[in-house]
Amino acid sequence: MKPRQKRFVFIAVAVAALAMAVGLVLNALESNVNLYFTPTQVFNNEAPHGRSFRIGGVVQEGSVKRANDGLTVNFVITDTHKSITVVYKGILPDLFKEGKGVVAQGKMEADGMMRAEEVLAKHDENYMPPEAADALKQAQKIQAASNPAAAPVAR
Amino acid sequence: MAINWFKYSAPSTFYGLAGKLIPWFALSAAIMFAVGLYIGFVVAPMDAQQGEFYRIVFIHVASSILSMFLYLIMAGYAALGLIFNTRLSSMMATAIAPTGALFAFISLWTGALWGKPMWGAWWVWDARLTSELILLFLYLGFIALHASIDDPRRADRASALLAIVGSVNVPIIYFSVKWWNTLHQGSTIKFSGTSMHVAMQQAMFVTLVACWLYAIAVVLARVRSIILERERHTKWIAELPEVK
Repeated sequence: MKPRQKRFVFIAVAVAALAMAVGLVLNALESNVNLYFTPTQVFNNEAPHGRSFRIGGVVQEGSVKRANDGLTVNFVITDTHKSITVVYKGILPDLFKEGKGVVAQGKMEADGMMRAEEVLAKHDENYMPPEAADALKQAQKIQAASNPAAAPVAR
Repeated sequence: MAINWFKYSAPSTFYGLAGKLIPWFALSAAIMFAVGLYIGFVVAPMDAQQGEFYRIVFIHVASSILSMFLYLIMAGYAALGLIFNTRLSSMMATAIAPTGALFAFISLWTGALWGKPMWGAWWVWDARLTSELILLFLYLGFIALHASIDDPRRADRASALLAIVGSVNVPIIYFSVKWWNTLHQGSTIKFSGTSMHVAMQQAMFVTLVACWLYAIAVVLARVRSIILERERHTKWIAELPEVK
């Protein structure tokens, strides 16, 4: 083998070995790399006890209740399978809306509710003008009315 | 007519070619930026969810894509330099690094400006944001390592290894939103298509092309200076009209 070919093989092997090592490390770290737990994972006891963590999901439709002080908010985070009630005192991000993605950080209380220190809104990767969004909503409504079983889940 | 591609792998011939190409790339970059930003800010409608805030994608997405692609290209040149011992490849790798670092920084910076009003936070340690930050550090590490070794050929070899090793980070950035739960949304541009309104897509595409053209123009200009600096003892440089 020429020196140039030797160097090529050396680099190829080194990169392959490194990629495998990084892959294994990331695989081992998997649960720690995730930013949040889903409500189902919390019910399965996969979330840490007694310390702060994040729950991610969708704000359940009709679940947002504001207290009289104007700052405290109650809402339910759901992954359509399990849901968890969150209490938060503070200013919500603009994108916080029922039926939209949310990530809340806080501790679980003894009553099974999360007392959140921080609430972040998660938006999706779809971009469309308001008229198109309205048309999409109308179409979903018509479809839901004609075929309730196959109604799409609001995201 | 057969073109001898290897002719331009010599710094002495590439220097002239790059000089001829720079004005064209720079001019078309300026035109594409103007067109892209016009479509992005005037023609494209506002977004149903995010209102006017989403318009930062026209800079954010292009610079993120560039920061990742430029890294791969830089690592590719560095590997070529290491394997074939060609001077120009290593010079190209060195010339790409600052532009790549700039795009990685713009990506993080515009992302923070976007995150605060939309998510409610400047920064979150999620997989996408963290791996992009690591990319910026890899660029800075490459530049610093290259600058810290006095002998340019040794500096090339040492920093080439860093660039090649760091390239495993690029697929991690790209797939991070798929592999893990992140606050960052999924990819809008996928291999299967785009989930975006047509005018928004056009603006994003045109600004992306503009960023590419800008990057090429700047890298060529930088590699010309590097050639001048490193080959300053050679005869052909002494005979250049701009040096004489």
